Amino acid sequence: MEYLFRAENISKAYTGHKALTDVSIQVPAGGIFGLLGPNGAGKTTLIRIINQIIAPDEGFLFYGNEKLKPGHVHRIGYLPEERGLYKKMKVGEQAMYLAQLKGVPAHKSKKLLREWFEKFDLMPWWNKKVEELSKGMAQKVQFIITVLHKPDLLIFDEPFSGFDPINVNLLKQEILKLRDEGATIIFSTHNMGSVEELCDHIALINKSEKILDGNVRDIKKEFSTNIYQLELANLKQPIEQLLDRRFELIRSTAHNGMMTARVKIAAGTDSNELLQKVIPLANVISFMELTPSMNDIFIKTVTGKYPQESSEYEVSESANDYLAE
Amino acid sequence: MNKIRIIIKREYLSRVKKRSFIVMTILGPILLAALMIGPAVIAIMSDSDYEVAIVDDTNMFYDAFSDTRNVKYTHLQTDVDSALELMRGDKFDAVLHIPEIAFQAPSSLRLFSLKSVNFNAKSQMESVLKNEYESLKLTIAGIDPEVLMAVETRININAVRMDKDGLEKTDYPEVSMGLGFVSGLLIYMFIFLFGSQVLRGVLEEKTSRIVEIIVSSVKPFQLMMGKVIGIGLVGLTQFLIWVVLTFAIVGGVRTAFPKLFQFTPTEQVHITASQSLNAEELQRQMETVQMQNTTAGQILEGLQAINFPVMILSFLFYFIGGYLLYAALFAAIGSAVDNEADTQQFMLPVTIPLLFSIVMMQTIIQNPSGPVAFWLSIIPLTSPVIMMIRIPFGVPFIDLAISAVLLILGFIFTTWLAAKIYRTGILMYGKKIDYAELWKWIRYR
Repeated sequence: MEYLFRAENISKAYTGHKALTDVSIQVPAGGIFGLLGPNGAGKTTLIRIINQIIAPDEGFLFYGNEKLKPGHVHRIGYLPEERGLYKKMKVGEQAMYLAQLKGVPAHKSKKLLREWFEKFDLMPWWNKKVEELSKGMAQKVQFIITVLHKPDLLIFDEPFSGFDPINVNLLKQEILKLRDEGATIIFSTHNMGSVEELCDHIALINKSEKILDGNVRDIKKEFSTNIYQLELANLKQPIEQLLDRRFELIRSTAHNGMMTARVKIAAGTDSNELLQKVIPLANVISFMELTPSMNDIFIKTVTGKYPQESSEYEVSESANDYLAE
Repeated sequence: MNKIRIIIKREYLSRVKKRSFIVMTILGPILLAALMIGPAVIAIMSDSDYEVAIVDDTNMFYDAFSDTRNVKYTHLQTDVDSALELMRGDKFDAVLHIPEIAFQAPSSLRLFSLKSVNFNAKSQMESVLKNEYESLKLTIAGIDPEVLMAVETRININAVRMDKDGLEKTDYPEVSMGLGFVSGLLIYMFIFLFGSQVLRGVLEEKTSRIVEIIVSSVKPFQLMMGKVIGIGLVGLTQFLIWVVLTFAIVGGVRTAFPKLFQFTPTEQVHITASQSLNAEELQRQMETVQMQNTTAGQILEGLQAINFPVMILSFLFYFIGGYLLYAALFAAIGSAVDNEADTQQFMLPVTIPLLFSIVMMQTIIQNPSGPVAFWLSIIPLTSPVIMMIRIPFGVPFIDLAISAVLLILGFIFTTWLAAKIYRTGILMYGKKIDYAELWKWIRYR
């Protein structure tokens, strides 16, 4: 696989605590890479190292096949978690200033900014001071500044915090569009919903160490529990009698003549066999695999066990439906 | 380097375009010019104002009092009561009564006035009477007035400074003092005004959370230096406009009202020079000036004796060097704290050397080549102010060289130190910072 960015064996210590211990990540070109972890795990430190804001104590960084060097900042766009603008400076002037610092000449940045400002309905605010903008508008300006110089690598640190749902949606669409246009995106968050929706790859960092990484689909398969949920009507005999030792009934509830049951299938057994057993004795309304959500995987990996009362096993299909809306 | 230029440009333009900058730049020279013209105007206005009637019952002091510039004397042959009546009728401002017994009992002398008494006039009269009393007593003691005249000598040592080649030039400490004071104070003000602008600028970037966006494009060091240089240029701009405008205003007023300036230089310099002397000496000096009235010429000569190229060049050097040294420290403080209230604990050690320089000004002026002056003008934290006080008196080249080199090393050091604190500080939020913490930041790689 072709990687746009690699960090190898990065360590960073502050007096008294380690921020990163021997962390390596590989960011494939042209996808969305989720950098996950609880607060204080070291995500922001890693992101700052990638942006060359701070230097690692140990380890190497590569942009494409080159060692990371100061000139690369022009090809990276960064939206920090702690972000703001000069309050007293005019919006347009400020956006041009920040674009110039990213190496976009003034005449060019003006044209690009106009396009973006029109897209986000910000044009009337060009000559207003930033303090006159609403928070959402200021966030949009920051987003524009991040992507204006058309970087190959975009880094968003908790991009949705502080946005209202409408703007979150707008932002998501823009991020996906940027990906489709070929940009590579590193996306740091502890909001798992957006991870499942957006990310192709993830790395999970906890207590300064990377504890999990890979393709989102592979990870989900790895964490699959072989539990299936059945919805049955007109059951002719108790469900327990149907099952042999390959199938373990975890839970069943009856309601209005309907039965919902969760069954764990022993490893190596085809799920169709369960279905075949049930079909003669009941009307099968639904049959689906329960896969752990990223949230559960996150909590399981960090704490060692799945969360108690569930959000538990979310139904992956319905989750996708929900997210597609 | 190109990015530093972009940052400098923003820092500079955003401040120069501010309304407060424009107002200050215009108001400053007007205030300064008022300070320079004001005393002359006041002196003229209070001129000939104070009229004193003298009622001398002893008839001994008729010749003693002669008019001075601010005080006019009139001898009245009436008794005190009618003199007081005249005073109530606004003919006089005050009445000096010398009763019969005054020679035996000087405490019987009275000065009557309706308003509070003019201190200057009172001390003039006291001084005149004192001289008269003394010569009268000497005469009574049998000393010939002619001998007295012969004894009276006016001493005025002309200070002559020689350089190594044996060339002489007359020294005018008063002029040097004035120049030293003014330039030292200017540097002090400049460092404080614009140093704290650096602090506020850094703090603004930190609290508005824009700093992380910027340092993802430029090195923290570039951002810090860009700000320091940009604000320094704002200061230089303001300073130059002030100088030009002040001279323009003063020059304009001078050509429009030449009378205003006839006496002023003499008096002003004299008063500054005499601050540290006691009242008696002051009195005597006043008389000297009034009699000789050549001081104006002396000041001109004194100004000519000053080495102006050295003076101006070193002023610019210490102006800029001192600013850079302190601005870096101010930037470090701004980066370390979260709000302006927290700056206090770190401001103290930075401001103490500056305040100390100002406190030491008097001492330095009294002995501008002494060891205290030498050491304080070499240590980079105090040298910008102290050296400027010394330079008008003439400073050995070697002192100047050591001081300059140390100042350059000093600001390289503070900049290096500040950069270390700055790059960690700007990204640190919500943490109470103490000196131990700063020390850790300095030691990070």
